[in-house]
Amino acid sequence: MNRVLNAPVFADIPKTRFVPGPPGTHITIRGLTKYFAGWPLYENFDLDIPKGQIVSIFGPNGCGKSTLINLIAGLIPVDAGDILFDGKSLKETKIGYVFQNYREALFPWWRTIDNIAYPLKLMGKTKAEVDRRLEALVDSFEVRFDLNRYPYELSGGQQQTASIMRALAPEPEVLFLDEPFSALDYEMTLFIREKLQEVFMQTKTTMMLVSHDLEEAVYLADQILLLTKRPTSIAEILHYSDSRPRTVSTLSEPSFVSTKKRSLEIFQREVRK
Amino acid sequence: MASSPVQKQPPGTWKQAPDGAGQKPSPVFAWASLLPLTGPLLMVVCWDLSVRSGLIKAILLPLPWDTLTTLFHGMAGGPLLFDFYVTLYRTILAFAIAVFAGMPLGILLGSNERAYRSVEFLIDFFRSTPASALIPLFLLIFGTSDINKIAIAAFGAWLLVVFNCAYGVINARKQRIAAAKVMGATRWQIFKDVLIWESLQASFVGLRSAVSMALVIVVVAEMFIGSESGLGHKIINAQQVMNTKMMYAAIMSAGILGYLLNVLFLRIERRIVHWSGR
Repeated sequence: MNRVLNAPVFADIPKTRFVPGPPGTHITIRGLTKYFAGWPLYENFDLDIPKGQIVSIFGPNGCGKSTLINLIAGLIPVDAGDILFDGKSLKETKIGYVFQNYREALFPWWRTIDNIAYPLKLMGKTKAEVDRRLEALVDSFEVRFDLNRYPYELSGGQQQTASIMRALAPEPEVLFLDEPFSALDYEMTLFIREKLQEVFMQTKTTMMLVSHDLEEAVYLADQILLLTKRPTSIAEILHYSDSRPRTVSTLSEPSFVSTKKRSLEIFQREVRK
Repeated sequence: MASSPVQKQPPGTWKQAPDGAGQKPSPVFAWASLLPLTGPLLMVVCWDLSVRSGLIKAILLPLPWDTLTTLFHGMAGGPLLFDFYVTLYRTILAFAIAVFAGMPLGILLGSNERAYRSVEFLIDFFRSTPASALIPLFLLIFGTSDINKIAIAAFGAWLLVVFNCAYGVINARKQRIAAAKVMGATRWQIFKDVLIWESLQASFVGLRSAVSMALVIVVVAEMFIGSESGLGHKIINAQQVMNTKMMYAAIMSAGILGYLLNVLFLRIERRIVHWSGR
């Protein structure tokens, strides 16, 4: 009687080995799994985010664009999977995050300048270091409004500018932007878009941008990450390599138009599925 | 949130322009500024007419002028001032106890949701129980002393402080917490740099209701717990000897006290929670 009766019905699946991304990869996502209310949003999701590039995320409504960057930024816990930044964990990585709703992102109890300085204070920088960094930031953003005001005394665009300055203050390795323009009027959108481009050209910070505006997504991006409906997977990754600074005339370049058109085709294909 | 996202320019920006700058100086007397006085004036006129016409007997309701003179003389160093002071003292003391015992507890409960859930029923229950119904209980414990009045008022106010502080922390904007978290703030840093501030708005609602509650209970206690002083004592004493002028004057001074406390707290609130409603 050597046979085991009622043997357990699971097989001992060996854990998949960690497969590193191609050279130049900054963020490696392996086997990312996240369930919401029992339904899979991400299941065994793999993705490589290149270093020093802007990746725009675009996809159907509810596919979890924002959730993806929130999972990567650690704002939502993952159910399973590994996310590594240059081989390091999130804890060992400096990140910046810009929220869509700037009204509830800044702290209204402090002056705007203190808001921007806050991440530096958290890092334990001295007063002199903080001041030096703030001065550099103010210079590079060519700030034309009074940072000694409280955030609620500023316009929406000014508040979002301050949010971006706060996110960039600690010189993060990765900057996450969750629909940073969608609560702004068009004028401010253009202004902040240009600022972001400038900052990117200066610092080459890896950026992940969630956007619902295809033009803006392509305009800023090196890669456009197109997602499927849930359970979400990668529909396609498009590369767009026009040189920077990109300007208004970029919008009518054949390469831009064709990338945008291709993105739209994939998007529509995914929405109809 | 009350403010809509459409609102581009917060109302504060133009208010803070130098005084009168950009606003037309009004050449005629601003009659609109007298509007708040209309209600009280109307009331006094109705009061006066109903007494003079004999609709209400003068022994039950003295003329407004007589009442106001009694109030004025009483408060200007007369017999009312001492009672006013005693009631104020008891109210402030009860309130202070409530704040010192209530705020830390409320913030602690609010930041630990499980702890809050486990005592939520108790807080809601005692918050719904009229504090005056507990006077006999407090009589048993503290006797008819001065401490009794302060203790029961402090208890009633304390519940309001605890509840509102906890509520403020629980309802802190999730995104602000997320913002601090993503910048690498520790739990303690999130607590002291975000949660406490976020809770202030609700806490102040609690403080204002608490000071009103403390005053109500102090006055009730002064009426019914063998008291030698205080506005409550004055009111019931005047009533028993049919000194209606003094009774109304004492009632009015209690009203003035309550109103002033409320205004004071609104001022402090606007000072500290300057971002409220923006």
